[in-house]
Amino acid sequence: MSSSGHITVDDVRAWISEAARVMRENKEYLTQLDSAIGDADHGINMDRGFQAIVAKLPTLPADDVGALLKAAGTTLISTVGGASGPLYGSFFRELGASLGGKSEVDVTELATALDAGIGKIRALGKAEPGDKTMLEALLPAQAALRGAADAGASPADALRAAADAAAEGMTATVPLVARKGRASYLGDRSAGHQDPGATSTHLLLKAAADAWSQA
Amino acid sequence: MKKLINASENVVDEALAGMLAAHPGYIRLEEPNIVVRKDAPKDGKVGVISGGGSGHEPMHGGFVGMGMLDAACPGAVFTSPVPDQMLAATKAVDGGAGVLHIVKNYTGDIMNFELAAEMARDEGLQVSAVVIADDVAVKDSLYTAGRRGVGGTVLAEKIVGAAAEAGADLETVTALCQKVQDNVRSMGMALTSCTVPAAGNPTFEIADDEMEIGVGIHGEPGRSRTKLASADEITELLATPILDDLPFEQGDSVLAFVNGLGGTPLIELYIVFNKLRQLCAARGVTITRSLVGSYITSLDMAGCSITLLRLDDELTRYWDAPVNTPALRWGV
Repeated sequence: MSSSGHITVDDVRAWISEAARVMRENKEYLTQLDSAIGDADHGINMDRGFQAIVAKLPTLPADDVGALLKAAGTTLISTVGGASGPLYGSFFRELGASLGGKSEVDVTELATALDAGIGKIRALGKAEPGDKTMLEALLPAQAALRGAADAGASPADALRAAADAAAEGMTATVPLVARKGRASYLGDRSAGHQDPGATSTHLLLKAAADAWSQA
Repeated sequence: MKKLINASENVVDEALAGMLAAHPGYIRLEEPNIVVRKDAPKDGKVGVISGGGSGHEPMHGGFVGMGMLDAACPGAVFTSPVPDQMLAATKAVDGGAGVLHIVKNYTGDIMNFELAAEMARDEGLQVSAVVIADDVAVKDSLYTAGRRGVGGTVLAEKIVGAAAEAGADLETVTALCQKVQDNVRSMGMALTSCTVPAAGNPTFEIADDEMEIGVGIHGEPGRSRTKLASADEITELLATPILDDLPFEQGDSVLAFVNGLGGTPLIELYIVFNKLRQLCAARGVTITRSLVGSYITSLDMAGCSITLLRLDDELTRYWDAPVNTPALRWGV
């Protein structure tokens, strides 16, 4: 964190590294979730994408939070594939566009960037709350982050609140019947299983909370 | 689950290298992992490309060649390919007459192909796209991701490829692809799931006396699980919703495609075709063309899919036209 408690480029790098570690650690788990209501590739795909960003980190922008996030998004689009690649990739690119030119950002700016990123996911995926997608985790996280920003919370505390809200949303996907994505082909049979996309979203936010709690 | 592979992370790359080694007269490989017709681009010819996750071989790479696809974009197993691949493929096959993207209706395929088309158009290339969504097992509604693109894709690639080979322009080729989509319906069933190399275990478990009805090609469970039935009963379970959906009517001529999902032997597919012909005849539907074999697979899934395409003279002519690819070859 900067001396004023703002998120720096190094903090974003730390988030990405932690996210990559967590995606690798949870590769089998995400694969398992995706086997129940999908095609068993979510864990492998997310691992590949984040490993690719980590491999590129040394060459990515060092002084511009937005440019770094945008490059991370482009890497995800070019390596992940499936629906996750365009969705997560465009999400990061939109975060990046929102924070372009800044060497450090505060929680309020991050919350605004998250709004833009979620807007992009909704425009691309056309999912609504309740469709049993990554939005079930993202939307509660969005509200929690904005609340934390308004209350003047530190980045670590704000992301902890967002990650915890995402966790609740993720768990809440279990009884839902999927209306989007591959799980929707299963109809009612998709109920009773946790959504893999909402799970990886929670992991992503928790990675930020964990990385910045150590900053 | 036993597999004939080396390291799971190298499956796609090694398979592509093997394909190139086996069919060097037909294809070349280009970055980033695309299969291109050896003599592409052909000046003045509309380029036709498709792509999707690996694991469905011979679709799509095996269909690259004269009279069918000009390029195919293979993703990771069961994972939609990335826009970079479709952009490269579009450029590689562009003969100045535009390029058609044949896109299977899956969330990931649609998004990645759209991103690629945007990028291609930004570079001044002329791109059109048609979505294949022929699986009647999925209700096309606000509550699903829409009908999956399955067996109909193979037929579209052949028919559209023939038209492009004959010199039809982009608008004509695109309309023809849409015509195939409008007249084709499919449904699949599975006796087993399949094992994704990196996962190491079947995607779902199923008992020896059970079957899944209404499956796609990615190893996910189907619409319902029931007790195993005879081949004739299974054929009826698949054919009836197909016939009802279009609907196929008295006097229609069809191309009947009985497809193996990878783990089912040809002898069983012919048993299914035998019953299919009877079921069609009972409805006054005549099978005038056929395709039997494993052309759009789901790794090692045991099971089959049925596809019926209502034919007219134009579609029949293009189906009959010569084709020379690793997986489909006639008239040459």
